[in-house]
Amino acid sequence: MPVSSLRWSVTAFLIALLTLVPVLVILSAIASPDPAIVDHLMQHTLPRLLVNTFWLMAGVGLGVLLLGVPLAWLVALYDFPGRRFFNWALMLPMAMPAYVLAFSQLGLFDFTGPFQTFLRERFGDSSWVPSIRSTPGVILVMTLAFYPYVYLLARNAFATMGRRALEVGASLGYSQRAGFLRVALPMARPWIAGGLTLALMETLADFGTVAIFNYDAFTAAIYKAWFSLFSLPTAKQLASLLILLVFVLVWFEQRSRGRRAYTQAGRGGRAARLPLKGVAGWVAAAWAALVLTLAFLLPFAQLCLWAWRAMEGEWTGELLGYVGRSLLIALIAAGLVTALALALAFAVRRAPYGMTPLWARLATLGYAVPGTVLAVGVFVPVAALDNFLIDGLGRWLPEGTTAVFKGTLFVMLLAYAARFLAVGHSAVAAAMYRITRTQEECARMLGLTGWRLVLALHLPLLRGGLLTAVLMVFVDVMKEMPITLMTRPFGWDTLAVRIFSLTSEGDWERAALPAVAIVLAGLLPVILLSRQKESL
Amino acid sequence: MKKPLLLVALLAAWSGSALSEELVVYSARGEQLVKPLVDAYRKETGVDVKLVNDQEGPLMERLRAEGSNSPADLLLTVDAGNLWQASKRGLLKPVKSPVLDANIPAHLRDPKGEWFGLSIRARTIFYNTQKVKPAQLSSYEELADPKWKGKLCLRSSKKVYNQSLVAMMLADIGPVRTERVVRGWVNNLATDVFADDTKMLEAIAAGQCEVGIANTYYYGRMMEKNPSLPIGIFWADQAGKGTHVNISGAGVTRYAKNEKGAVRFIEWLSSEKAQNLFADLNMEYPVNPKVKPDPRVAAWGPFKQNLINVANAGTRQAEAVMLMDRVGYR
Amino acid sequence: MSAFLEFDQVSHAYSQQTVVDTMSFTLVEGEIGCLLGSSGCGKTTVLRCLAGFEPIRAGSIRLAGQTLSLPGHQVPAHARQIGMVFQDYALFPHLTVGDNVAFGLRRWSRAERLRRVASLLDLVGLAGLARSYPHELSGGQQQRVALARALAPRPRLLLLDEPFSNLDVDLRSRLSAEVRAILKQENTTAILVTHDQHEAFAMADRVGVMQAGRLLQWAAPYTLYHQPASRFVADFIGQGVFLPGVVTGPACIETEIGEFCGAVPVPFDVGQRVEVLLRPDDVQHDDASSRKAVVESKVFRGSEFHYTLALPSGRRVLAEVPSHHDHPVGEPIGIRLEMDHLIAFPAH
Repeated sequence: MPVSSLRWSVTAFLIALLTLVPVLVILSAIASPDPAIVDHLMQHTLPRLLVNTFWLMAGVGLGVLLLGVPLAWLVALYDFPGRRFFNWALMLPMAMPAYVLAFSQLGLFDFTGPFQTFLRERFGDSSWVPSIRSTPGVILVMTLAFYPYVYLLARNAFATMGRRALEVGASLGYSQRAGFLRVALPMARPWIAGGLTLALMETLADFGTVAIFNYDAFTAAIYKAWFSLFSLPTAKQLASLLILLVFVLVWFEQRSRGRRAYTQAGRGGRAARLPLKGVAGWVAAAWAALVLTLAFLLPFAQLCLWAWRAMEGEWTGELLGYVGRSLLIALIAAGLVTALALALAFAVRRAPYGMTPLWARLATLGYAVPGTVLAVGVFVPVAALDNFLIDGLGRWLPEGTTAVFKGTLFVMLLAYAARFLAVGHSAVAAAMYRITRTQEECARMLGLTGWRLVLALHLPLLRGGLLTAVLMVFVDVMKEMPITLMTRPFGWDTLAVRIFSLTSEGDWERAALPAVAIVLAGLLPVILLSRQKESL
Repeated sequence: MKKPLLLVALLAAWSGSALSEELVVYSARGEQLVKPLVDAYRKETGVDVKLVNDQEGPLMERLRAEGSNSPADLLLTVDAGNLWQASKRGLLKPVKSPVLDANIPAHLRDPKGEWFGLSIRARTIFYNTQKVKPAQLSSYEELADPKWKGKLCLRSSKKVYNQSLVAMMLADIGPVRTERVVRGWVNNLATDVFADDTKMLEAIAAGQCEVGIANTYYYGRMMEKNPSLPIGIFWADQAGKGTHVNISGAGVTRYAKNEKGAVRFIEWLSSEKAQNLFADLNMEYPVNPKVKPDPRVAAWGPFKQNLINVANAGTRQAEAVMLMDRVGYR
Repeated sequence: MSAFLEFDQVSHAYSQQTVVDTMSFTLVEGEIGCLLGSSGCGKTTVLRCLAGFEPIRAGSIRLAGQTLSLPGHQVPAHARQIGMVFQDYALFPHLTVGDNVAFGLRRWSRAERLRRVASLLDLVGLAGLARSYPHELSGGQQQRVALARALAPRPRLLLLDEPFSNLDVDLRSRLSAEVRAILKQENTTAILVTHDQHEAFAMADRVGVMQAGRLLQWAAPYTLYHQPASRFVADFIGQGVFLPGVVTGPACIETEIGEFCGAVPVPFDVGQRVEVLLRPDDVQHDDASSRKAVVESKVFRGSEFHYTLALPSGRRVLAEVPSHHDHPVGEPIGIRLEMDHLIAFPAH
């Protein structure tokens, strides 16, 4: 292996360590089982939880595909009333944390909510309405929360090659519908699969939403083992299982692509959109409006209403402090994660063989680990390092020193990186994919090497992908709760922390104001994100 | 040689050192319920109390990982089960304090002195006043009677409050009877269990079900917002051992840097002047018998507490969780 | 032979901007037509109208007697049995070469499909690569796959959109000859769009020159070259210069290098001032000639020299001269004109 590619391989390894260390801390628990608890779980909860998780994954997976892909296709290829608005507005649910959406939906549509209350007052009965606190209910809400991932990535893929795919199909005798199914869909597969993977990883790692719905998914077993049975080792073992599951999932997707390559030589996206005339156009608009209303407008209105009611107590100067810190942390974290993702993508490019791609894969595992578990995985080694340093350097440190790295912004940012590298990496790596080897070689022939090459060639060409990464990580960090709680420095309370404080005793209405603030802070990035041509 | 020195200086500046008296509290109790107390304490004594908020699980993990280098002096959390667990894992240290012994009844603190209850949280029965007469109600156990079939609402068994309730029941009436009770509850459910008490109380008010079990402060909060809700409070088990109570409380951490300060703070929290602030902020009951509850709370009437030591919530929690899993109480 | 493809008075516009303006041409079955023009002249839009991707505003398109497009009515693209080779090939990256070629054959039986794919890959010289993926092939090979895929369902008409523009010059000329042979072997009627006249001449039976949405001339390459219908066509096709002259008789024009008389009368009055088109092959080197021109520059082309010559008036003409006539720059040489077709346009 040449020296330079060895260097890149080491870089990738070091970045992967960020995720690997916490994950290994979690995996290490496999060696020390707690038989009584494991037996109990195996007998009474695990089988059902696994089945539940399977249905949740299958349902949300299918749901985000059925919602995201057709909407993306409509918006990318056709013209219908309101298309320009829906183009970005359909991304808005991304600004709302899933647990907030869940709570707000429950507030709206449960037996005691305004919808069923109205039915009872008007018609005297609402018992025929299916309960939202059910498997279909939780699947529906998570679908509404996570479909934007698929929508965004599929839309961008369709926008660049959808029209061309239709034309090739037509020239070979395929109707529009057949062309969509047989040509455009398979060609957009890596992008759709990318969005689906993100959505499924979010689903697997989610705890807030399933807790609000009291739906017993796999994470529920992890939390039960930890908080109710006080066996963190068992919780870690279950989390290990989850990590392995995700790894298998990702590996399988990767393998099934085989030798196929999906780069597009040319782009045929310049042709005008196909007009959807008359009824068809209005049906498309109504469908998009329905999704937007259910996934964002209605729940957001509900939040605003609650926030208005709680305004008196919550509208203090402190709120601005929470907003400021949230924005600042999210911004720094987004920058850091994107930089790491860039380094990782570079490493894979420079050393495409051997271990490097594996390191890159491993580095993105953190996204599927429930935040709280990952937070422990981060905290334990940092605390151990601190203890080691304090014991070793004690003489030089001030009396009573209890922390070196613990409770610093630095550690919090590394923890975010471990969790969200997958998000940043997928956007940057996809953009990197589009830079051909010849372009690089050409630039090198012109005497550009090292950082000058990166500055002159890669950064301009990767701009779209980098911006996408920054925006997605920004939005995710704004919403993040458990890692922030565990690793933040004194006084670094963010909006999510505020929501946690208010909701720990179930006072969701009071938490509405910070929740609205999170959504509002996320709006601009999400709108910018939807304008990004290039992503994944 | 310059570099390491610089590094050490940097690390020192980074980690900082305390000059004025400082107290670090790891708290799993809602921040807005603790902050006013901390502010009042600072005003009175000049002690700088730093709050670290998180869930109890991560906080305990944090304490364990930090070991002797933990900055925490005090662990403040809700539910005796959590405090018992912290004590069992060696995260707390026993404290002898005549003040605390005097202020806090024996059943609301750790027999070993590692933790102390600071407010009482009663978990009792609520009913829809349009559908149920108080005379029809008596005890938790009675809610398992088939006459309540399709009329009972419960919160999820994942919440520690229900785990503690069942744990205490295990201690009181033994596993066989307890299992029968919980099974009866599950059979009587009107709808899937709820994720929180508020939603469950709303369901009672809306008539989705007729009776349920909840903590009193949720009821207080709801009635304050909307006094016309048709929900009534019923003190359970008054003819028997008394209504189930739990605590929020605190313990001094094993490696507290400021142990004396920590004890002083707990003593202050149990004192007459702080008790009302502590309990009233969340419409809970003071632990200190000399302190009267908030008038809004007092309006619900006096009740007999179950005097079994709340530590039982911890010792039998795992057993309770497994029991609920077995009978399908989700 | 009757027309197989009739493109009759067709107009097309994107919103207000007319892109194709009342254009007509026809093609006989088995013929290869070519639309030649610089980029933006509307030639690709003509292909898209033929393919059914764009509606037409006026006129009609008929293929084998069936009306494909009328204003407000069109047979959908997939029902036209018209194949297309795209400029960027648009191969399916996720399918093997074999599956790409078989893509349009979904209604065929498996055996027939396999046979057809094999014979086409054979025809385009890619036998043995059926299991490769497109990105594993060279540009020229990808081009052939695209052609084979488009030919596979035996389209009634094949459209080729700048099919060789992504290839290097050498490959381009070799492939264009090959593709013509393949199309002829399959007896496929085809229309090619390009901006490269060599490609057009090498491939097509009929060539049309387009400018700003109009078809200026539709004719065989030979005719186009030697009898351009307009000054623009003459300028666009091949090299040449215009030399001022005066009409002296029904088929005769006098210029500064003498008087020529063509075989066919020119449509001008005697005495009218005109400009005569001189192709490089019209100007012959003749040491014996009394008319001299000075060598200004020269390009060696192997079998011949390509001279730029300055006339006494300072005007320049081009001449192709066999390469054994090597004259240094600055030397006056004798020239003589030899023209079959006298092509002249009114002077500006």
